[in-house]
Amino acid sequence: MYPKELKYDREHEWVRLEGDVATIGISDFAQDQLGEVVYVDLPSVGEAVSTGESFGEVESVKSVSELFSPISGEIVEVNEALEDAPETVNEDCYNAGWMIKVKVEDAAEVEALMDADDYEAYIAEEA
Amino acid sequence: MTEAGRMTPLYTEHVALGARMVDFAGWQMPVQYAGIIEEHNAVRSAVGIFDVSHMGEFRVFGFDARESLQRIITNDLDRISTLGSALYTVMCDEDGGIIDDLIVYHTGDLEYLIVANAANRQTDWDWITAHLPETVEIADESDRTALIAVQGPGALAVIGELAGEGWTPPDRFEIGEATLDSVPVLVARTGYTGEDGVEVFCHASQAAAIWRTLLSFPEVTPCGLGARDTLRLEMGYPLYGSDMDRGVDPVSAGLGWVAPKAKSGYIGAEAIARVRAEGPERKLVGLAVSEGVPRHGYPVLHGGEEVGKVASGTFSPTLGHGIATAYVPVALADPGTGLEVGIRRKVASAVVTKPPFVKTTSLSALKS
Repeated sequence: MYPKELKYDREHEWVRLEGDVATIGISDFAQDQLGEVVYVDLPSVGEAVSTGESFGEVESVKSVSELFSPISGEIVEVNEALEDAPETVNEDCYNAGWMIKVKVEDAAEVEALMDADDYEAYIAEEA
Repeated sequence: MTEAGRMTPLYTEHVALGARMVDFAGWQMPVQYAGIIEEHNAVRSAVGIFDVSHMGEFRVFGFDARESLQRIITNDLDRISTLGSALYTVMCDEDGGIIDDLIVYHTGDLEYLIVANAANRQTDWDWITAHLPETVEIADESDRTALIAVQGPGALAVIGELAGEGWTPPDRFEIGEATLDSVPVLVARTGYTGEDGVEVFCHASQAAAIWRTLLSFPEVTPCGLGARDTLRLEMGYPLYGSDMDRGVDPVSAGLGWVAPKAKSGYIGAEAIARVRAEGPERKLVGLAVSEGVPRHGYPVLHGGEEVGKVASGTFSPTLGHGIATAYVPVALADPGTGLEVGIRRKVASAVVTKPPFVKTTSLSALKS
């Protein structure tokens, strides 16, 4: 449920770092808690994101949650397919359901995030 | 009455089915099982069952029961002079403010059954008992009564199979008796989903058996409060606490039809007549929203100016976009009027739409 190669933050986003580009999405725990996702509101390419700041929103039938960036950098790609198929977030949150790609400023920020085991322990504690 | 974490007789059934439980008006209730959209669609296309045992049931009886209730509710009990018929109504204070919306069933010659919202059970009880004369008896049957809503185009077929040959379903907005799986129950052809169906009143001790029997039908899906809310809002049915409260009169709430002009002498009648004469300042309208999900409390705008707030709002699984109700000035209440809804940092365009948002259901087929 929590792929080992990813990093996670306390707001339930995951990060996959490839070179200096980080792909960001929400974890299986987050999508399950939300229920059926009906809207994903994402920023535009070229915008800057900052660690801990909101970059968008994900909305289910019953609730809305802000998306917080686990890292700082410039957005180089957004997953526009989610506009027409927001349910992809529920169906495949670690792959097709990714949300933004960010050119990272400081790779150490990604390193400092939780690994899968730590994240699982964090959820167990929180739940 | 303590309100913290009350459980209906079906609580353990919900937990066993893996429901996500939430606090609702002090009750532990299922918000969803498999998912709101799936449950919603099950009711629109097949059969869904809901535990609504948290609602209040009061039995009112005695020689003066009819006359006394006429003074308490806005709608006219003469509309249900036939035994077994039911009436949707509101109950107002002297200022015309809505205390609750209720269904009143005419269950005996001198007897009525009132179904009240869970959140207002105590308030309603206090209000009704304070306004009944001593000659009228009232009994709170809420705790010993379970209520299961069976809703959807296939609902009557399921109930009919359980009730056996020779059972005739009650007409729409009527209540009758049945024996389901050897359990005697009351079956009312009512519900709040816009689909044909029934609400089954049974003794609390029998609820789990009936619930399980209903679930043994492959076409029956257990549904939570989440789907109940999306279903009722697609029909534009108002919800107490969101669409109406003590600060709103029935005319402004679009419920003028439950306060007939010809009726007088009930609590709030003068205030309601005054609103009618002067015309309401604002009205509850439906809004179809282009993008994003409108939710309770979000601002409604006209030309950038805030003109009201969203009363109820959700994503419509049937239509695939946001729908809402909102109180807006009467000048902006005509269907087709373009408005906007502030959805956090964005402004979404909205069109005033006369409910129901979803026009074709098994219930609309029944009415036509």
